[in-house]
Amino acid sequence: MARVEETGGDREENKEEETSWWSPEAVEGGRVGEGPSRGSRGGRGGDGGRPDTPPPPPYSDQVLENVLENVLQFLVCRRDRNAASLVCRSWYRAEAQTRRELSVGNCYAVSPARVVRRFRCARALVLKGRPRFADFNLFPLGWGARFSPWLAAMATAYPWLERVCLKRMTVSDSDLAFLARSFPSFRDLTLICCDGFGTAGLAVIAVLCRNLRILDLIENDVEDEEEEVIDWISRFPETTTSLESLSFECVNCPVNFSALEALVARSPSLRRLRVNQNVSLGQLRRLMARAPHLTHLGTGSFRPGIAEDLNVADLEQAFVSSKSLICLSGFREVAPEHLPAILPVCANLVSLNLSYAVITAEQLKPVILKCNNLRTFWVLDTVGDEGLLAVAKACKNLHELRVFPFEATEDSEGSVSDVGLVAISNGCRKLQSILFFCQRMTNSAVVAMSKNCQDLVVFRLCIMGRHRPDHITREPMDEGFGAIVMNCKKLTRLAVSGLLTDKVFKYIATHGKSIRTLSVAFAGDSDLSLKYVLEGCHSLQKLEIRDSPFGDVGLLSGIHHYYNMRFLWMSSCMLTLSGCKEVAQKMPNLVVEVIGDRPKDLDSDTVEKLYLYRSLEGPRDDVPLFVNIL
Amino acid sequence: MASGLMLEETELRLGLPGGGAGELAEVAVIRSSGKRGFLETIDLKLKLQTPVESKESESAEQGNKATDPHEKPPAPKAQAVGWPPVRSFRKNILNVQQQSESKNKEEQSDKAAAAAAAFVKVSMDGAPYLRKVDLKTYKSYQELSTALQKMFSSFATSGNYGSEEGVLRVRDFMNGAGKVTALVINGSEYVTTYEDKDGDWMLVGDVPWEMFVDSCKRLRVMKGSEVVGLAPTAMEKRKNRG
Repeated sequence: MARVEETGGDREENKEEETSWWSPEAVEGGRVGEGPSRGSRGGRGGDGGRPDTPPPPPYSDQVLENVLENVLQFLVCRRDRNAASLVCRSWYRAEAQTRRELSVGNCYAVSPARVVRRFRCARALVLKGRPRFADFNLFPLGWGARFSPWLAAMATAYPWLERVCLKRMTVSDSDLAFLARSFPSFRDLTLICCDGFGTAGLAVIAVLCRNLRILDLIENDVEDEEEEVIDWISRFPETTTSLESLSFECVNCPVNFSALEALVARSPSLRRLRVNQNVSLGQLRRLMARAPHLTHLGTGSFRPGIAEDLNVADLEQAFVSSKSLICLSGFREVAPEHLPAILPVCANLVSLNLSYAVITAEQLKPVILKCNNLRTFWVLDTVGDEGLLAVAKACKNLHELRVFPFEATEDSEGSVSDVGLVAISNGCRKLQSILFFCQRMTNSAVVAMSKNCQDLVVFRLCIMGRHRPDHITREPMDEGFGAIVMNCKKLTRLAVSGLLTDKVFKYIATHGKSIRTLSVAFAGDSDLSLKYVLEGCHSLQKLEIRDSPFGDVGLLSGIHHYYNMRFLWMSSCMLTLSGCKEVAQKMPNLVVEVIGDRPKDLDSDTVEKLYLYRSLEGPRDDVPLFVNIL
Repeated sequence: MASGLMLEETELRLGLPGGGAGELAEVAVIRSSGKRGFLETIDLKLKLQTPVESKESESAEQGNKATDPHEKPPAPKAQAVGWPPVRSFRKNILNVQQQSESKNKEEQSDKAAAAAAAFVKVSMDGAPYLRKVDLKTYKSYQELSTALQKMFSSFATSGNYGSEEGVLRVRDFMNGAGKVTALVINGSEYVTTYEDKDGDWMLVGDVPWEMFVDSCKRLRVMKGSEVVGLAPTAMEKRKNRG
């Protein structure tokens, strides 16, 4: 049950799972490179099912394939493409030739070589490495997920690569340099929750990627030795750039402001600009003046710099002029008295991220009451239940809400509670996604939300104090979460918390048939919980569990399902080495990793951290010393 | 504070190896339903306190003092690594926010600033990558040292990690500064240094722990042989400044 801010929110949750290119038939056939063949052959009694024989197809078959390629190139959705590729060998080939965007959900599930062999003409790659729990220091650093081998394969195979999006991968400066040099058409780079690079790598990208349109650095861990910070902003070419989006909130180093201002001035296509907290309010105003057509703005510190004398009226004028703004974020060190400057754009805002803004309900209200078109709202719990009430009143169109804790510790006071949750559920009936950190919650509030917000797709509730019951009835939180899975039929992602018994997992198993991602922490009484979930949740793809009393029996009950999942993570549970070995033996296409913090840990019979995932490649060859693959 | 906790529900906390909490003594759980969950089935190599002792130490912990006489090193409240699941930059940045806020306004959440995390990077000479630790999860230099040893002993130089790993030994390290804690990792001696708010590199161990946590920006574990010629210790620095 770990909830945390998801990055690039909507974008991620819309991604579909690729299932059919990883089918049991493919696995048993052992040669996914050629794809399995299914029932319906092509009308020509064609090639479906037979081993690949050399003679070229007759003329008319070739024509058919060409026609097919022309048709299939219109297929964009991954799921459709996967389905098309299974029709027969001819369709498989045609689809492989025309797939432009590759999406690999687990970089270890398939090797770069295999991908490159099958798909010959890719222009874009989306690649994900570590699972989400890595964000919370649960994965030792150096575990893996390096971009280098993928880069090496693509440099030769896809010289016309245009777009790369990486999530939770390790990318080095030399990787970035190599990327910049290898792909002359390169346009879009998006790095989310990655690490391993610094300003040196960014500088090379700036210099060499002449067609750069998107450089989005989102919540990465950008590391620089203090002496080695490079002024990468000034490395963009002096000519007009093609930049459309530049986001560097996570690059926490000083910014050469005049270089930034000049860059913005010579980027006429720039529509999304998100600066880091070292940009002051006065500087922001100047940037806004240079780029009046921005749609997305990350405001940096939102605090006047030293010796900056700004009044709200001046700033407000800047917002008046930015008529296209629909998305605001930043506010990293917000001076609350300046917040009303954004009032002119509130009515148009679709997305507002105040999750770094330490403000009270009183400071929030004047702003939020104008944000009637808001669909996405991220906020700190300092606004309290009263602030949430204001949100509920004003934001009738709210689809996504995230309430982060100002004080992220187990014994903090917590400023929001069941009261706020109920208010939101009453006011924001169209809510689809919620992430809510609190210290006090009741079953009835959660039940209320389950009834009021039937469109919920994502429900993540984090009661920060461990094992906390309903603070009024002192009961476990089973009934609340039970109501969520029962009433919210579209639910695909769930994170649970608070005092929970096996019962809640029975509910989840019985009703949570569409759940794809489940997060569990400090919950459950016994292996039954895990057994329920693995046997009942047929759509389950990602299961992350920590600190719960589940052991080998629970683990083994999932053997029928693990090939259908992307991964299972279990840490600080009650697994033993023998149980994990049994799983590894019974499932040859599963990689079962036992992770310790010291190599010595791996000798003990207790398994502290287990990470298992399906893979076509077997054990990876870049395993560090503290990982043991069974 | 901790308003949700009732005495009849003691919490289960596991000491997770790595991350840095160290192997601290545990508190057993008794669910309000009366079932005993973990205790009966668990077979981890952790020090488990019985429920009776745990209640005592829990109420003692609430007062921020571990005074259970039956346990050898008193067990501070174990913080779970990565819990609540909020990314580290969020924890740290809120600290920054507090500091900048307090320039203008009076400080209303001193407690908040005190409770927020303090993530610092730790580099070790010869190690291929940096690590990060949250200094707030430790209560003393001893704990920090233990955690650092565990963290970096995974860089096996000699491969003999079947043997007992580095034991913390306090040595007289005469740098004109008196005693300095030295770490022994895989048989080699290392000294921990830190960069303080002024950008100076100091030897770890001189100042009171809380002061260290507030001023430490990053840590570096250096080979003992290279420590000669380091900046004067914090004490000397203060003296020199008058």
